[in-house]
Amino acid sequence: MSASNVSRTASPLRPRLLGRSVVNLVVLVSVLYTLLPVLWLVLASTKDRDALFSSDILSLSGFSFVQNLKDLFAMDGGLFGRWYGNSLLYAVLGAALGALISIACGYAFDKYRFAHKEKLFGLVLAAVMVPQTVLALPLYLMASGTGLVNTFWAVFIPVLFNPFGVYLGRIFSQGYVPDEVLEAARMDGAGELAAYFRVALRMLGPGLVTIFLFQLTAIWNNFFLPMVMLSDQDLYPVSLGLYSWNSSASVSPEYYPVVIMGSLLAVVPLILAFALLQRFWRSGLTAGAVK
Amino acid sequence: MTSTTPVSVAADATAPPSPRSPAATAPSQKGRRSARRRELGACGVLMTPFFVLLVTVFLIPVATAVHLSFFSDDQPGLGFGPERTVFAGLRNYTAVLADPTFLGGLGVVALYCLVYIPLMVIGALVLALLLDSGVVRLRGTVQLALFLPHAVPGIIAALIWLYLYTPGISPVIDLLGRADLTVDFLGVHMVLPSIVNIALWSNLGYNMVVFYAALQAVPREVIEASVVDGAGPVRTALQVKAPLVRSSIVMVAMFTLIFALQLFTEPMLLSQSTPMINSRFSPSMYIYDAAFTRNNYGLAAAASVILLLCTIALSYGVTRWTNRAAAAEEAAR
Repeated sequence: MSASNVSRTASPLRPRLLGRSVVNLVVLVSVLYTLLPVLWLVLASTKDRDALFSSDILSLSGFSFVQNLKDLFAMDGGLFGRWYGNSLLYAVLGAALGALISIACGYAFDKYRFAHKEKLFGLVLAAVMVPQTVLALPLYLMASGTGLVNTFWAVFIPVLFNPFGVYLGRIFSQGYVPDEVLEAARMDGAGELAAYFRVALRMLGPGLVTIFLFQLTAIWNNFFLPMVMLSDQDLYPVSLGLYSWNSSASVSPEYYPVVIMGSLLAVVPLILAFALLQRFWRSGLTAGAVK
Repeated sequence: MTSTTPVSVAADATAPPSPRSPAATAPSQKGRRSARRRELGACGVLMTPFFVLLVTVFLIPVATAVHLSFFSDDQPGLGFGPERTVFAGLRNYTAVLADPTFLGGLGVVALYCLVYIPLMVIGALVLALLLDSGVVRLRGTVQLALFLPHAVPGIIAALIWLYLYTPGISPVIDLLGRADLTVDFLGVHMVLPSIVNIALWSNLGYNMVVFYAALQAVPREVIEASVVDGAGPVRTALQVKAPLVRSSIVMVAMFTLIFALQLFTEPMLLSQSTPMINSRFSPSMYIYDAAFTRNNYGLAAAASVILLLCTIALSYGVTRWTNRAAAAEEAAR
């Protein structure tokens, strides 16, 4: 704060105050920009179909939050419950397993020396920028060749691949696991893998959570791959399910309140995850940014 | 999934002994070699799961896409007889590049990038600088509020905004209507800005937090020194702070570019409600349409490879350009 004190004595007070209010106003407007659409979603989820189209969003008439919730889980024989379960399974299991795989590889890149290491790491980084749409058709053909198409595995296996997680894992390993600690573990006669699983992995905990969170978001958002791989509605994740319901809504408007309520519920898990794990992802963003 | 991973190949190669294990007590040659072997073994075990995935869901698919792009399904005669796959040379590529719908899609994405990327990078950077200036109240809350859309899945963000663009449901259009303004957000001129808005809304806060984190890491003495030199807050922000977080700016620009080129989810959802977006609106939608609606795998693969090459060329261009700019700045000092 000493910086602003210095400049305050240097410049006249009035423009400074004006600058302050303009800055706060700009920030306030951007906060409203990000918050209001979410607020609209919350309000719209409480409306029945007629109230939704009457476009007076703040009036309390046609309040039917509970009814919408019931409708959502009753629609099409309770499909939404299945979709939600599928999404949780794909995202939580996939992110946990994927984060463990990525961080182990990133740790090995940091702590061991072997031939062509940096070239191999370059390949990992290159994988980050290849568009998913490029991989989708070959993956589909491979999945249909092995009979995996339209199964859980067709979506689950590709999402485990997280090259950015390896990049982060290497940085976290540099930052959190001092070489001396590993040396001490070796002196105590611990094997290389034991040193990793008993000592290093514990120190990498915060990094692991960060990678998990990034991957959780990515898988929960995943839309293209399930769309290509799945035709059985029972296997859909929430994103694809709501997409298909929304396409029905233009023909049968009873889907509108259900899609809105479903969207609201689809937002909840990530908000919870980000709120609970706040201190981890903040450090992760810094690690990703400082190169 | 029985492929040998590159790691095991690398691990077999004879490498010089690690500098970490030796030294201390100068162990016997034999002991050192077995320690080295144990290290490489552990390294292989830790890397294998990832590289198995890299080969199966990345390298093989990319190779398959390139391979497929050189073949096409030929129907002999007048569509009678069995289909057979024949080598087509560059025919798929010429077909894609001569297809006005594909070129139109490339044009759409180019325009989208030109509008979206500067808005995103500058918007996020300005917000981060404002937050870092120390005059904003409730900084923690503001950060969380701006970050919130990142927790909203892309398809849900598109859904919310689709409803906010739909007359009858949208309070926005209602308010504009009371001010005697009619805006057709899904009309021919507004559809691209509407998509830019969805992407901006989703990612602005996330990138702002990235910049803010980098700004917080700038040593305070540097900033105080510039203030003592008589620089006002605006000059400090633009000429001292912003250049110091250049690597974050490059990274954000790069990721924004890579994801912008893949434009798919938002137009796909909006296409359910507006005739202005056809099924080949963007290159990614063209690929999806070619592969899964028209079942023309060769054409889809060729379009994929072209999209991939564009991505690589542009990323390379961005890196080169920023490196050169950095070097020029160094020289100027």
